Amino acid sequence: MKYADEFRDKEIALGLAKTIRAETHPGRPYRFMEFCGGHTHAISRYGLEDMLPSNVRMIHGPGCPVCVLPAGRIDMAIRLAERSEVILCVYGDLMRVPGSQGASLLKAKARGADVRMVYSTIDAVRIAQENPEREVVFFAIGFETTTPPTAVMIRLAEKKQLSNFSVFCNHVLTPPAMQNILESPDIRNIGRVEIDGFVGPAHVSTIIGTAPYEFFAEEFGKPVVISGFEPLDMMQAILMLVRQVNENRHEVENQYSRAVTRDGNLRAKEEVSDIFELRDQFEWRGLGQVPYSGLKLKRAYAKYDAEVRFGMNELCVDDNPACECGAILRGVKKPVDCKLFGTVCTPETPMGSCMVSSEGACAAHWTYGRFRDHQQRRAS
Amino acid sequence: MKAYQRKLDIKNGCVDLSHGSGGRAMAQLISGLFHEAFGNEWLARGNDQSAFDVGAGRMVMTTDGYVVSPLFFPGGNIGSLAVHGTVNDIAMAGAKPLYLSASFIIEEGFRFADLKTIADSMGEAARTAGVHIITGDTKVVERGKADGLFISTSAVGIVPDGLDLSAENARVGDRVLISGTLGDHGVAIMSKRQNLAFETEIVSDSAALNDLVAGMVEAGGAGIRLMRDPTRGGLAATLNEIAQQSRLGFHLVEEEIPVKPGVAAACELLGLDPLHVANEGKLVAIVAPEIAGAVLAAMRAHPLGRDAAEIGEAVADDHHFVQMATSFGGGRIVDWLSGEQLPRIC
Repeated sequence: MKYADEFRDKEIALGLAKTIRAETHPGRPYRFMEFCGGHTHAISRYGLEDMLPSNVRMIHGPGCPVCVLPAGRIDMAIRLAERSEVILCVYGDLMRVPGSQGASLLKAKARGADVRMVYSTIDAVRIAQENPEREVVFFAIGFETTTPPTAVMIRLAEKKQLSNFSVFCNHVLTPPAMQNILESPDIRNIGRVEIDGFVGPAHVSTIIGTAPYEFFAEEFGKPVVISGFEPLDMMQAILMLVRQVNENRHEVENQYSRAVTRDGNLRAKEEVSDIFELRDQFEWRGLGQVPYSGLKLKRAYAKYDAEVRFGMNELCVDDNPACECGAILRGVKKPVDCKLFGTVCTPETPMGSCMVSSEGACAAHWTYGRFRDHQQRRAS
Repeated sequence: MKAYQRKLDIKNGCVDLSHGSGGRAMAQLISGLFHEAFGNEWLARGNDQSAFDVGAGRMVMTTDGYVVSPLFFPGGNIGSLAVHGTVNDIAMAGAKPLYLSASFIIEEGFRFADLKTIADSMGEAARTAGVHIITGDTKVVERGKADGLFISTSAVGIVPDGLDLSAENARVGDRVLISGTLGDHGVAIMSKRQNLAFETEIVSDSAALNDLVAGMVEAGGAGIRLMRDPTRGGLAATLNEIAQQSRLGFHLVEEEIPVKPGVAAACELLGLDPLHVANEGKLVAIVAPEIAGAVLAAMRAHPLGRDAAEIGEAVADDHHFVQMATSFGGGRIVDWLSGEQLPRIC
């Protein structure tokens, strides 16, 4: 497959693996957090762990939009979908995300709620046009990558003068989450987890550019390498991080230069800032309330804001106390450290959000990597 | 005086509730459309059942329901799919399929022209596979109670002497053979879904595999441990199922697994794994290592096995993992598909 196989070449991968092995110092740990779920998935899908020396450890970050959505927001969506006039349009991944007490949109749908899986925002607009007597709500989630399409959809609804269309906005921002992780007591004070560098977001950075990460590199003294989602991108980014660590540098470097610039996509950023504004704070599963990390629609677009339109109340729900998603999303624990992992929590019956999306750390490890746990046990 | 009955207006007409009521209209639909398409001596006798002779030996029986959406897709339709799927279930026992039954649940308003196309495809598929549709049933339900048309088929077949294919026969060191490229059917169906439509040249691989199987049985005999057709859930589901039942594990080599570039591209775009995508004209065979070469050669000599490949082997594994060496150089599990990738693909 053209434009994909080139970035999955085994020979080049083996060459990079050899260089990484040669350049890492055996006594020194290299702990890198890949922020994005796309990276987590690539690591597991292509078996990258097998190609890295044992002192290079990848810590899976919170960059999976489905995973960080708190149970309360799912409960809010379920309540909305249960209203007879509402058609709730969602991305497929969201259907099985657990809300409180085992509820999910999939179960709500089975009980009669009109929940429809869509593949793009355009589908939701089409459904609104086809059902003028119903209220069509798009369940918008995701980081900076998926926010511009939501903005475009609101513009489209405005242009088509759709009066039955609105958005349940759950868009969140990457830089505040990264800052939250670095400032978290787990990492800063107690030192339970050390992070020596970040593999920075791929698609998010095509929108926001590399500039927003310069603050971290500077303030926290951590190297950041923006990396594409292909496995060779990852290998190269890891090598670049190893070199920064070895040379005591902490800079923002751009491995994904074929798609990412320093300033990002100006047009997209403009559209987003026209329509959205910052929330004072937004709850992330695993991270709790993070200041200025979520977006909502500006007052001028309030008629497209489902939370205003339907007077939705914010619901706060505690996760299952045994669920370690929070610590896993902060990189403090590994999936196997959770008592629920692989016992009552599997991709078929997810208890925590990390087990739902294929980009979640638990789902990726369960689906692709759990054979290593048994290998390690046997070896020890 | 013989009552006058107007001919079925196949071009413009459609099914209404009278076609399921047991009256003349139903008789006319059955004889004018289904008998016409399936034409054989058993149906011609017009009984509620069909009698046939049974030889000595073991027989196999299977049943299957078809609710595919859309009904017509590149490379086939619900009719040809119903025959192929049921014939293949019989063939996976190494058996020779003989007779089929077909039951139709039709929504009122369904166009005769479409029904005829579908019935003709069934007849054609049956003739090509060398089987006969010898009994059937027709029901009509109100509008909105069925999505156009549902078909259920059952079949019987006869197993060659000395053959008893089953998962518990598999042994460590057995080879895993696949008859061709993976994911063609699922991608062909997806390309026609209303909210997903994309352009691709991929057509469904829907085909009857009994002739291919006959050649494999001739080449491998009882050295063939078992065969399965990797339909819903794809190769991943089939191998995990076999791993559980045989109490073994499998090691696959990704580079050896044939996938068409168009299928790989569509899966890339939709975030799917070709190993999870459905097939309707492919089989996976677990065979003893000493006959793997001969069976593979027999497969490649058949038009439906041209792209056949050896993709891995059975290993001892208490966890019954299906593991794969990725073409990138690492290792991973090939797990069951979780959740629904796409409903109603067959």
